[in-house]
Amino acid sequence: MLILHCPNCGVDADETELAPGGQAHLKRFGPGSSDEDFHDYLFARENPRGVHFERWRHAHGCGKWFHAARDTATLEVFATYSAQTTEPPQAVLDAIAARRPGWTWRHES
Amino acid sequence: MSEPVSALKGASFDGLAHVEECGLQGMITLRGALSARAVQKAATVASGASLPDANRANMAGEGGLCWMSPDELLILCPYPRAAETVETMRKTLGKTHALAVNVSDARAMFRVSGGAAREVLAKLCPVDLSPAAFGPGQFRRTRMAQIAAAIWMEDDESFGIVCFRSVAEYAFNLLKAAAQPGSAVGVFAARPGAISGD
Ligand SMILES: [Zn+2]
Repeated sequence: MLILHCPNCGVDADETELAPGGQAHLKRFGPGSSDEDFHDYLFARENPRGVHFERWRHAHGCGKWFHAARDTATLEVFATYSAQTTEPPQAVLDAIAARRPGWTWRHES
Repeated sequence: MSEPVSALKGASFDGLAHVEECGLQGMITLRGALSARAVQKAATVASGASLPDANRANMAGEGGLCWMSPDELLILCPYPRAAETVETMRKTLGKTHALAVNVSDARAMFRVSGGAAREVLAKLCPVDLSPAAFGPGQFRRTRMAQIAAAIWMEDDESFGIVCFRSVAEYAFNLLKAAAQPGSAVGVFAARPGAISGD
């Protein structure tokens, strides 16, 4: 059972109150992009065992979207944060690094 | 002109708690920036209640103001006055980017009261309803089994509930099942009323 803190309304929401929105921080490749980039944007998703970033919507609550950083293996939630960002804020990266020494965000590697 | 009726025409049930459909209830959805002066004025004048903090509701006589989301309020008012109240709100809002809609006929309202009211709702909603975590004045949008619902406490032994009118019968059946005599769990056993009833 997953409980995520909704940063929009402040409620600790049970998973059954939420709608999953898939992998977070995708870069959109639209008109003018190569077929390969467009294909990957549409279909290629990470499926990590460990740290992962996701979009969630508080569907049965305030109705708003937010981001979550969590571990897919342990279900540990590192942080939830605003949907209005293209990559995880530094505080979120720090929170993950504190729990997973050596882990780095993909744009840093 | 047809005569308006509520979804279940005031149906009620007595079990672990008293469950009743509340009949016709005026409800107005207001969306906009809650920090905008015109939005605040439209909401407070229409409901007669003061602006609630997040996840709270303020009741005042026949009116009420419920916090639905960071950009949405629900105004409760007497059913016959909903249409004219919306008109007044629209004048107050003027050119402010906002939306006020009379949703009275799109919703149903229920009340669950009695010593076991907390337990009846706790069977249906993924919300901590212990007295320490949820009390009068708090307002929570959540789900009841498979449907969206908003719940709040009118006093220490009574919940107000709103859901969509199209699922009113499902909601009533759920509440009746959760209040079925003999089905007491006593999870809030510190409250004597919560363990009696079977
Ligand atoms: Zn929320």
